[in-house]
Amino acid sequence: MATIAPVDARLDAREDYLLRLGDDALVLGQRLSELCGHGPILEIDISLANLALDLVGQATLLLGEAGAKEDQGGDRLAFHRDVLDFKNCLLVEQPNGDFAQTIARHLLYTTWQHMLLQRLQQSSDRFLVEFAHKAVKEVAYHRALAAEWTIRLGDGTGESARRMAEGLDWTWRFVPELFEVDESLHSAIERGIAPDPRSFEDEYRSVIAEVLAQAELAIPSDQRPILGGRRGHHTEHLGHLLAVMQFLPRTHGEVSW
Amino acid sequence: MVTEIVDRTEAIWTALANVPDPEIPVLSVVDLGIVRSVAPDRVVVTTTYTGCPASDVIERSIRIALDQAGFADATLERAISPAWTTDWITPEGRSKLQAYGIAPPARSSPRCPQCRSDDVLEVSRFGSTPCKSMWRCAACLEPFEQFKCH
Repeated sequence: MATIAPVDARLDAREDYLLRLGDDALVLGQRLSELCGHGPILEIDISLANLALDLVGQATLLLGEAGAKEDQGGDRLAFHRDVLDFKNCLLVEQPNGDFAQTIARHLLYTTWQHMLLQRLQQSSDRFLVEFAHKAVKEVAYHRALAAEWTIRLGDGTGESARRMAEGLDWTWRFVPELFEVDESLHSAIERGIAPDPRSFEDEYRSVIAEVLAQAELAIPSDQRPILGGRRGHHTEHLGHLLAVMQFLPRTHGEVSW
Repeated sequence: MVTEIVDRTEAIWTALANVPDPEIPVLSVVDLGIVRSVAPDRVVVTTTYTGCPASDVIERSIRIALDQAGFADATLERAISPAWTTDWITPEGRSKLQAYGIAPPARSSPRCPQCRSDDVLEVSRFGSTPCKSMWRCAACLEPFEQFKCH
């Protein structure tokens, strides 16, 4: 009987890191694209579709690079891996919920992503440096949009403030995972490929606190953190997202535009 | 020999200057600043936004233009570094945008491309394509797009 090595053992730290960042972008891009045609107002609809487009573009670069060694295209990684092979953080796979929950999720992720990309520009890895220089400009817009809407909803009507607070409560438990350093990430940090997220956790928390203060919202109370996405242990939501996203290329293998 | 190389490079630039951007057809790929370098046997292009859906179409149009102009042997490569910036839009490109009704990128608020008023309001930071934002002119009341500074 052939033994199949655990996924992590087959990946080196660099590939694993590329998959983590690539899957974050892909899954969040897919989530936001679910809102295309369903945004609360036309301008938001277009904004969220634009964010999704940037993220899918970033995923294309990252997954393309992750698959380059084994000559697997980025599409192959995006559409032909199963849920246990996905390395995205749990935050990005959470459902859109109402608009406030979508904005809460985006604020928490994009603030982290922006800080990460700023530091990734000093990576020892040439591809990641080039990628970070390009993506950081796009993500700066994402971050501004999420912060503006958090403030507008938090400092809006009683109902918008309540919904914004509920959205933050729902997503808050997924924040600690963004700063978790496991064995694989540790090795990427050692090699100078990845910045250590713990080095900007305090700054992250103070930036979020500042936005919430402007929004007149309380910082949610800490909950039991939920971890595991980086190692393929996902919430029930990811499988449903992948089913929709992967159905076509999996069912009709050779189909093309 | 040197003249031949110069001529060939010039001819490639001329061929590329006729390839329009599919989203904003008044601009050529040269106006947009996405052609990064041209050598007799090699053309390097970059993308505007990573997710720009026009990227593939643009590369295909460039390939066709090269082939038709007799440069089928020149390679076409895509580079992501240095990252594209709107500073690379040429002065001709900026005037073409303005004449087309799209305010060119500016560090401060744009002027209305219709009436030139600076009494303008940003309606949304995201427009019909990732590279544009939506504005309204308070003087002539016309809506307009701005090519975002990037």
